[in-house]
Amino acid sequence: MSEELHDLRVTVNGATHDIRVPARRLLSDALRHDLGLTGTHVGCEHGVCGACTILVDGAPTRACLMFAVSAQGAEITTVEGLTNADGSLGPVQQAFAECHGLQCGFCTPGFLTTITAGLRDNPRPTHEEARDMVAGNLCRCTGYQNIVKAVERAAEIQANA
Amino acid sequence: MTTKLMGQKVQRVEDQRFLRGQGRYVDDVAVEPPGSPRSVLHAAVLRSPHAHARILDIDVSDVLDVEGVHAVYTYDDLASCTPQMAEPLPLLIPHPALTHGRTQYALAKDEVNYVGEAIAFVVADDRYLAEDAVSRIRVDYEFLTPVVGIDAARAATALVHDDVPGNVGARMEQTVGDAPAAIAKAPHRLELDLTVERSACMPMEGRGTVARWDPDLSRLQLWTSTQSSTGVRAAVAVKMGLDLGQVDVITPDVGGGFGVKINHPWPEELLVPMAARALGRTVKFTEDRREHFISSAHERGQVQHIEVGFDDDGRLLGLDVEFWHDHGAFTPYGLIVPIITSTQLLGPYKPQNYRVVFESLYTNTVIVTPYRGAGRPQGCYAMERTMDAIAKYLGKDRADVRAVNFIQPDEFPYDQGLIFQDGRELEYDSGDYPASLEKIKKLVGWEEFPAFKAEMAAQGRKVGIGLACYVEGTGVGPYEGAHVHIETSGRVKVATGLTTQGQGHATVFAQLVADELGCSFEDVEVVTGDTRRMPYAVGTFASRAAVMSGSAIHLAAKRAKEKVLKIAAEALEADESDLQIVGGVVSVKGSPGTSIDLGTVSVLSNPLRYAFDEKSKAATQFSVGDPGKPPVAEDDEPGLEGKDFYSPERATFASGMHAVIVETDPETAEITILKYAVVHDCGHLINPMIVEGQIHGGVAQGIGGALYERMAYDDSGQLLNASFMDFLMPYVTEIPDGIDIDHLETPSPLNPLGIKGAGEAGVIPSAAVFAAAIEDAEGIPITAMPISPSELFTLRHSREHSA
Amino acid sequence: MKPAPFDYRRPETVAEAVAALAGEPNAKVLAGGQSLVPLLSMRLAAPAMLVDINAIPGLDTIAVESDDRDGGVRVGALARHSAVLASDDVRRVQPLVTMALSHVAHATIRNRGTTVGSLVHADAAAEMPVVLTLLGGSVDVEGPGGRRTIPASELYVGPLESSVGHDEVAVSAYFPGLAPGAGVAFEEIARRHGDYALVGAAALVDGETVRVGYLSVSDVPAVVDLTGVADADLGEAALAQLEPLDDIHATADYRAQLVRVLTGRVVRSARQHAQREGAQ
Repeated sequence: MSEELHDLRVTVNGATHDIRVPARRLLSDALRHDLGLTGTHVGCEHGVCGACTILVDGAPTRACLMFAVSAQGAEITTVEGLTNADGSLGPVQQAFAECHGLQCGFCTPGFLTTITAGLRDNPRPTHEEARDMVAGNLCRCTGYQNIVKAVERAAEIQANA
Repeated sequence: MTTKLMGQKVQRVEDQRFLRGQGRYVDDVAVEPPGSPRSVLHAAVLRSPHAHARILDIDVSDVLDVEGVHAVYTYDDLASCTPQMAEPLPLLIPHPALTHGRTQYALAKDEVNYVGEAIAFVVADDRYLAEDAVSRIRVDYEFLTPVVGIDAARAATALVHDDVPGNVGARMEQTVGDAPAAIAKAPHRLELDLTVERSACMPMEGRGTVARWDPDLSRLQLWTSTQSSTGVRAAVAVKMGLDLGQVDVITPDVGGGFGVKINHPWPEELLVPMAARALGRTVKFTEDRREHFISSAHERGQVQHIEVGFDDDGRLLGLDVEFWHDHGAFTPYGLIVPIITSTQLLGPYKPQNYRVVFESLYTNTVIVTPYRGAGRPQGCYAMERTMDAIAKYLGKDRADVRAVNFIQPDEFPYDQGLIFQDGRELEYDSGDYPASLEKIKKLVGWEEFPAFKAEMAAQGRKVGIGLACYVEGTGVGPYEGAHVHIETSGRVKVATGLTTQGQGHATVFAQLVADELGCSFEDVEVVTGDTRRMPYAVGTFASRAAVMSGSAIHLAAKRAKEKVLKIAAEALEADESDLQIVGGVVSVKGSPGTSIDLGTVSVLSNPLRYAFDEKSKAATQFSVGDPGKPPVAEDDEPGLEGKDFYSPERATFASGMHAVIVETDPETAEITILKYAVVHDCGHLINPMIVEGQIHGGVAQGIGGALYERMAYDDSGQLLNASFMDFLMPYVTEIPDGIDIDHLETPSPLNPLGIKGAGEAGVIPSAAVFAAAIEDAEGIPITAMPISPSELFTLRHSREHSA
Repeated sequence: MKPAPFDYRRPETVAEAVAALAGEPNAKVLAGGQSLVPLLSMRLAAPAMLVDINAIPGLDTIAVESDDRDGGVRVGALARHSAVLASDDVRRVQPLVTMALSHVAHATIRNRGTTVGSLVHADAAAEMPVVLTLLGGSVDVEGPGGRRTIPASELYVGPLESSVGHDEVAVSAYFPGLAPGAGVAFEEIARRHGDYALVGAAALVDGETVRVGYLSVSDVPAVVDLTGVADADLGEAALAQLEPLDDIHATADYRAQLVRVLTGRVVRSARQHAQREGAQ
């Protein structure tokens, strides 16, 4: 018996996609495997690590804690969508490069999406707010020191843009 | 002259991919939507739910007719691949002391020995279906008594393996002088009993393997998230019955390793290619987080007994250490971890008389292989807690007791008289421990601390300070190699065989090549971990990548440069010694108009010169080679390449000291870090930004290991916290805001760059330094790490009740 | 870690949702899914059907019910934690809800997770069930027999078990407002910031009445009445009515210590809160 498939329309990084998925397909898997957007990484599949964080209608959301079918009609932004139109790095990406905010790079997409939304809501975070902005994402490489610096640097880049 | 890039904070080139979401990790390889003709098949593994049981029967009949399932394999199917596939997995590093080494089968044969051991392997259209299929396999078990923890292993009332008496895999002893005798006649003696629990590397990306069999070429292509692609290649070739030349192993981007991915081959690294060849399809296994907890590897679990004799100054006269190491159910990685503990325990000190004995014990738990630090954190813990105990006993300053025991700067090279993990003498090459001590005392405020402590006490607050020193053998052999190829475009392609898990190799190695070759940094492209590009390599572990591959790349670039100069001298009709290479252009010093760029030199290096590009046309103005000789001279090769290997006599020894100030809450026993300071000596720094990043990460992992992370097994061998909900890896909120770092640069005389490894240092002193600081704050001996607030509360409680 | 297969319904009215649930005894409601999805992915739960209520309009409301008995706030089934946390109305009418919500997981989880979902998930380690119980709130559910109100005191019947019927959909929760002159406080101690607490405590002080609710202490939300207890005895008085549990993160003794410490702290700050409120 094969599983029932559901038609799904989502907009990802500005492009509309129509796909057919089983109800149980996690949004993280749909992005990665059905749409080939492998920038969204899966680190724990139980919502703790934050590597799979994407923006759903602008809000940081764990892609592993949503079924693709629940994203019907949603506007999604993944790490691939954070780059400037001319292909250059967006402000948060640029700040991570400048501050050495990443090592293996696996958790990085979740940080980038989270901080992008965080700075949209709070463009001039205090140091404490910068730390708090990344408090729900795990990184095993950097010890977070340079990630926090990157949040502050990204705010600076955006302010000067 | 251009500035040297060595020592500069150069931004990482790999970040451009990572930050755009264009990293290529193993699960990103061969991504095709389900249903497409090239779509990849996905594997899932049935894992033992029991820690110790005999397998009576495996019934897969419910699985075979599930739609979307392509194959299911159990042990009985392995021999149909090759006879050797049905043999136990290799024991990678045998040792004469490992008298009872045991390894598991790719799929369990007759018996399971830990929760998580692979029993059956299912391949299906996607991972969802594969997991559905796994849940339909029925296994009948006869339960056996599980052996969990070091105490149970030592008691040996039950055995993990029937043919391993006492659960003892190995017993090893090393001695220098006569420690028991020296202790017996020492003016002062102390004994300590210490324990460290298990933790794990826990990279954000788990293990994963993709294999594709090409029947037209009779060739296997394998991507795997490993720390040793050459090791996996050799293992897969042997197990699959293939020639080495038929197997390509590519290590793509790796989402963290920290040691766990050095062990190989994992069962899945054999099962995936086996299924790919049998099914004629690309097959992928991506480990999930629960699997990573129960079926990869752990580390750290030890029980230690220390006896020490010392004089009135706290000078060691004899040190006698016995410890018991929990290596889990099998020993694929040999005795590396306990050997490192037993040798690196000595740190920067001269014990004069030393005896160390360890037993490496079987338990019905996940295997133990190196985790960043690899036995050093346990050794450092034993030694540094001993130093603290001596100071306390004598009423002396803890830093002073350390200082009287230091090897002095004029005593290098210093032979500790032991045999290290690489089978070579434990001989320290260089260091300056007194200078490090001065720096760390200043950085943490050691002298000012008593006043601070008194001030806090007056407010009813409890603070403590800890100090711990370590020496880390890094850059162990046997070798690494490198290949440098200057293409006709002027681009420089560099390959080294070891792998990368976030250390920024593409950047630091390009810095070295640009410096040596005089090309621009942007023109250098580094590839690691691809056996097609560099088939001879060892792997990334033991903080060896910069030392080993860095040195090899430096040497290979030197060779390429020699050839550049030879050809350019001829083309420019100049003497080699008059040439310089700057920005990718070779020119005659003082005569900048007389020049040739590297790309053109590359054209000239190859007598076959079809004019495919402008470079080739441009090269026609130069003439090289002796028309009276063959186009390729006897001692020459076509192409502008350099290849070399670096193989050091022995390891180089980095060192450092950490200090921490903690506050403990008098009511809730919560432990807060007020200051964390690091002094670090890894010789010359290639890229200080990257070295500091390594320290930051190591310190954070150390904080996790000291205060948050442990493997909570129950008596039946179930891991109770196999998730990120309950295995408490620190978030930013658990890591101090700022880590103070100071460097000392004592170059290594053993390699051309004077460098030492830096990867593991940040994590080595953590258990020691936190135990010391908490003990100082509380006045309660801290002998078991990690420690949680609940445990600290229990310690307070029992002190009150014993008082 | 992939969920087992299930049928999926995405109703557009509550009535359709109820009908879907009625047709499948082993169905679960999917709202934010932040607790449910991990259970499914780990295959610790395998419902035959998920009824996804996210497409039902009108369930994401946050409304002050000023004409109601105690002027509280009603939160719809699709109101995300983040929206409730950000609501000035909620903060003004019942600040304890805001205080507690800031401790619920991490911001990203709060963006998707719903307050009502958390209430009916009935986890005694979660913040909101204790808050609802302490405040004497309620949950409105709709089932085949129509709508009914379940008072918090009847909502939690066992570990991860609520009295919402399998064929009922929780449509809203009601948090009573803070009475004039009353004060509240919330504090918890967790191993890591954002984790489930080792122990958490919420206090409500109203005149002489002192009540404190605890999370992670027992397997259902626990509330004790500490009215008339001397300040120095608050912790012990609370412990006399509680039996803290052991787990891998904390012994029962340590939990008891945290109950002692937190009880004093939250009662003290709830009194201060009441004074501040009274002064305004």
